[in-house]
Amino acid sequence: MDLTFSPEEEAFRQEVRAFIADAKTKLPKGIGAAESADRSKEDYLAWHKLLYRKGWVAPLWPKQYGGTGWNVTQRYIFNEETAAADMPTTLPFGLNMVAPVIFTYGNEEQKKKYLPRILSGEDWWCQGYSEPGSGSDLASLRTRAVREGDHYIVNGQKTWTTLAQFADMIFCLVRTDPNVKQQEGITFLLIDMKTPGITVKPIIVLDGAHEVNEVFFDNVKVPVANRVGDENKGWTYAKFLLVNERSGIAGVARSKKAVERLKEIAGAETLDGSPLIGDEDFARKVADLEIDLAALEFTELRTLAQEARGQMAGPESSILKIRGTEIQQRITELTVEAIGYFAYPNERALGHNDNVGPDYALGQAGHYFNMRKTSIYGGSNEIQRNIIAKAVLGL
Amino acid sequence: MDFSYTEEQTLLRNSVAKYLADNYKFETWRKFTRSEAGRDPNHWKQFAELGLLAAALPEEHGGLGGGVVESSVIMEEFGRALVVEPYLPTVVIGGGFLKHGGSDALKEEWLAKIGAGESILAFAFAEPKGRYNLADLTTTAKKQGGSYILNGQKAVVIGAPWADHLIVTARTSGGQRDKNGISVFIVDKKAKGVATRDYPTVDSLRASEVTFENVEVPAANLIGTADNGLPLIEQVVDEAIAAVCAEATGAMKVLVDTTVEYSKTRKQFGVPIGKFQVLQHRMVDMFVQYEQSVSITLMVTLKLAEEAAERAKAASAAKVTIGKAGRFVGQQAVQIHGGIGMTDELNVGHYFKRLTLIDTLFGNTDHHLKRYAALS
Repeated sequence: MDLTFSPEEEAFRQEVRAFIADAKTKLPKGIGAAESADRSKEDYLAWHKLLYRKGWVAPLWPKQYGGTGWNVTQRYIFNEETAAADMPTTLPFGLNMVAPVIFTYGNEEQKKKYLPRILSGEDWWCQGYSEPGSGSDLASLRTRAVREGDHYIVNGQKTWTTLAQFADMIFCLVRTDPNVKQQEGITFLLIDMKTPGITVKPIIVLDGAHEVNEVFFDNVKVPVANRVGDENKGWTYAKFLLVNERSGIAGVARSKKAVERLKEIAGAETLDGSPLIGDEDFARKVADLEIDLAALEFTELRTLAQEARGQMAGPESSILKIRGTEIQQRITELTVEAIGYFAYPNERALGHNDNVGPDYALGQAGHYFNMRKTSIYGGSNEIQRNIIAKAVLGL
Repeated sequence: MDFSYTEEQTLLRNSVAKYLADNYKFETWRKFTRSEAGRDPNHWKQFAELGLLAAALPEEHGGLGGGVVESSVIMEEFGRALVVEPYLPTVVIGGGFLKHGGSDALKEEWLAKIGAGESILAFAFAEPKGRYNLADLTTTAKKQGGSYILNGQKAVVIGAPWADHLIVTARTSGGQRDKNGISVFIVDKKAKGVATRDYPTVDSLRASEVTFENVEVPAANLIGTADNGLPLIEQVVDEAIAAVCAEATGAMKVLVDTTVEYSKTRKQFGVPIGKFQVLQHRMVDMFVQYEQSVSITLMVTLKLAEEAAERAKAASAAKVTIGKAGRFVGQQAVQIHGGIGMTDELNVGHYFKRLTLIDTLFGNTDHHLKRYAALS
């Protein structure tokens, strides 16, 4: 066991840093990681495209499809450095969600058609999983697909579809057999968002952002060639995707950066003329948070080490989702506490994002409200606890 | 011992509740809070006509002779309907300062006007660097002949865009955080040298950053005694804390009820989610926290008349309880509603936001824990 990095790994770190320094000069201003809502499609894709040109956009893919071929340590270093430098994140829906399904279960034609376009950022994907009546109970989904010759005719509704307003493609779970056990009648379809019959309707969330949508399907014709794997076997692929979704969800590197920012804010804020960070009560809370985060970091590293030995992450990856999101939420709570009365101004409603208080207070309350989603999405934290209870503890 | 409300107090509650149920529905609230004005001034007129604004004011100045219990009843009902109208800054705080500290002339001039809905006040006390310390003041008022000259900056003055006058705390002598040397003034917002920058708040109120540049305030507008304003400020802020605690219990009640109701109708895995024990216990905890909040709000309301240290302890105890309960109830209401709880369209998130900002107002949980410990 060893905590140090090899000279090769240190050299890789330097390479990543150099790349980031250069990328910073090329990115549009103000699109750092501090989640600013209502970005344009181009803003979202700017970082993706720089990574693509460097060949670094898909750390999770096998090399043969255009992945980086990095080992676990390199991925860890890359995440650390990009988070520390406040770089944006790439959107997960294409790269980390549907692509692994396609290269694991898709046919050659699908791999050839979709993977390069995901890599380049040409196709923007969104996720058609949740429905109004099917959230935690995803397998109860009712969006119906009926086979007619070479096509499926899709009718129904998806919801909470993140950034569907920009999407070229949606991967969808649809019901192809309503007469069997729920999990056995689901099919995984890739659907072009330009197909007639698809309507996208915005949902505005607590911080005022247009982040999610409802997607309606009215007699949407989808070629059978767009089906991944076998008909009625979609639940297998869906679960595979969910486990992948969870493994990245801990967000340790990003949280470390956010804690650093919290400490900067608490250093700039004052209590009776002294920095808030020096206040014993506040300092204890920050310390508690950092300790939780350190434990989570080593939980994630253990998972990665296991992966490096060729063992796939199992149901215990739910720990990463639970603790990762709880810590992310705690950071935003303490940040709101730190800024005191400057939690009040709603700059979004001012229209120009002009800040009322100090720069660092801008949008922090909204961010706190927004981050409540993390214990709901990707399988709510209640569902994650059910998974651990059942699949790990055998209860 | 008797915790029952008088007949008049029950009538007051029913009349507020009925007016709000009939006229202050969430859908119209969503519209007027997003309008240019941020509120519908007609409600203020109706509040005056219903006697709400005069309920807690003294009879000799046109009030109905009630007090903190009446304000508490009104604020609790306001909390249930997410009322944005400036009852707290105008009646509880403005009325409180004038009642406890105003000269006879000021009482004569202001209290009847407040009760009749003819004036709206805002409380300019917080400063950009002062956090929750009421005595941490850089705003100065210098005596000059028959006037005071006011200079400084106030942050997040809630309700200021709607106000005609401001209650301002300022330093008339001493150093930045001295407990002595503080005075309170009522200042015309239209006075020369008053500048405001107005904005909406995340909990759908309106607020302003206010700067005073050589603003001339007649010495007659001093509330209480010069240099010894802090005890008065603490008294009125403790009363305001009791009022926002009541507001918070109203908001929590809606969240508890709405969440329980939703859990009975929302089905997943073939059963209403309220059948899952993990959610049952969570909702029980929400309910327990709500009940504890109601209790401590009652305690502070009944102790507002006690001597300063006892009153202050009660106010801080209540603020801590409400801060913790509001966070838990708000977060869990969103969590149990799931995605729909995250939407702007549903009322749940708006109650959660109000409760979050109530924790900040007049000092958060940490601040009041410290204050309580220091008084114990």
